[in-house]
Amino acid sequence: MGNSTSPALKRVEVTQEPVSSDVAPVVDADAALGRPLSLDGLHVAFGERKVLNGLTLDIPARQFVAVVGRSGVGKSTLMRLIVGLDKPGAGEVRIDGVPVNGLQPSVRLLFQDARLLPWQTVLNNVGIARRPGWREASLAALGDVGLVDRQSDWPAVLSGGQRQRVALARVLVSHPSILLLDEPFGALDALTRSDMHALLERLWLQHGFTTLLITHDVSEAVLLADRVVVIRDGQITYDVPITIPRPRRRSDAAIVALQSKILEQV
Amino acid sequence: MKHRWADRLSLERLAPWLVPLGLVVLWEVAARSGWIEQRVLPAPTQVAVAFWDTVSSGMLFHHVGISFQRALLGLLAGGGLGFALGVLNGTSRHAELLLDSALQMFRNVPHLAVIPMVILWFGIDETAKVFLVAIGTLFPVYLNTFHGIRTVDHGLIEMARVNGLGRAAVFWRVVLPGAMPSVLVGLRYALGIMWLTLIVAETIAASSGIGYMTMNAREFLQTDVVVLGILVYALLGKAADVVTKSLEHRMLAWHPAYHSARSAGG
Repeated sequence: MGNSTSPALKRVEVTQEPVSSDVAPVVDADAALGRPLSLDGLHVAFGERKVLNGLTLDIPARQFVAVVGRSGVGKSTLMRLIVGLDKPGAGEVRIDGVPVNGLQPSVRLLFQDARLLPWQTVLNNVGIARRPGWREASLAALGDVGLVDRQSDWPAVLSGGQRQRVALARVLVSHPSILLLDEPFGALDALTRSDMHALLERLWLQHGFTTLLITHDVSEAVLLADRVVVIRDGQITYDVPITIPRPRRRSDAAIVALQSKILEQV
Repeated sequence: MKHRWADRLSLERLAPWLVPLGLVVLWEVAARSGWIEQRVLPAPTQVAVAFWDTVSSGMLFHHVGISFQRALLGLLAGGGLGFALGVLNGTSRHAELLLDSALQMFRNVPHLAVIPMVILWFGIDETAKVFLVAIGTLFPVYLNTFHGIRTVDHGLIEMARVNGLGRAAVFWRVVLPGAMPSVLVGLRYALGIMWLTLIVAETIAASSGIGYMTMNAREFLQTDVVVLGILVYALLGKAADVVTKSLEHRMLAWHPAYHSARSAGG
């Protein structure tokens, strides 16, 4: 398990797999990676209770959309449909116009809790899928989130924010076209959360994945997204573009105004 | 300052041994002075002499070797089967439905109750003892493996699937390591039962082994050899426990309860 990770920085050059020349480049040449996502008339019901009731939403490639809604309106259910863990009762999820069936290699989900394997080191957690060249790719991803120096630690010794950054590195490794974030910063303190906002924005600008962020924090939504949508009664009831130029500041008057406008709709 | 600290350390190390040492001295005095009759309990020094005699004649190693072999074979067969069944029923609902109730029925039969049956089947040769140890160790390993696999955090399994791990990879990298703490608890239970079973089996029907050695000594009122046999069992039990503990420290190094160092490297 942890036997080969000690002086890992020096060992990066060691070829793990015979094919190292045709491994995808680790540093980004894939800024145009994002793909369009469309949700078409999604219905989900748990028994009598309708969670999603004909939800429809079109997201162009590379757009950053924030989904806002009260708890229990089916935001997490929506994420599970897109990533392919669950199937809708009716309707379709399409990526690049192709209907989704089962788990999607191009879609990655950042859970609310970091869900790191406690018995694997940070580096091995990031490279959990063990694709060819995973060691180099994982180190690069850890570099992206600023945790290279913690690569050989156990997850148990990390702070909440660090654990979520490791989870973020884990999704970056597979170069997702679509990144789903299910209230990933909900459990963090305010300072750590604002660090994570800056990190996410930077990574999104750098990698260009289509992003869907679920949150109940309206200010977070307005601060980060190109577009905010509100879910109510299983449908999109409000859809507003955010055109305020980046980098945005929480105290900006336009941000505050938008925030209260959206809050009225939630 | 330094000296005082060292003194306290050595005193702390010595303290747990004071009471057992005192008891042995008391025992020696009581036996020598005739308070305790020879045929009830021999003096510790007489046990030491018996130890030396049996070692120099090679008898002790002969019997211990045979007992050890029986214990190991029985544990491998029973523990191995218990582990395999635990994995099978833990991962497959169909297998559980088919096998679990039968296993629970067998489990509730005290395995020592089948000794007469086992003697009828196998006589008093090696198979009988190994068989008894095997059925004794099967159930603790089975139960704890099953329980360990069923209680692996479902969120981790989901995370692994979303990150593109197939069924086999999910099992080897998530389910099995997650179940390991519980499996090792089962192993420790099994080791206790292993010695217990062997003692009973060897005292009832055997022509070699530590149990036979003590029963044989009883016939000739050699209480020193009987006490020696009991001590050997105690030592073997303790040794088995030490081995599992170090196994736990190795395999569960990631667990916060076993953290000796901050880093996993090296």
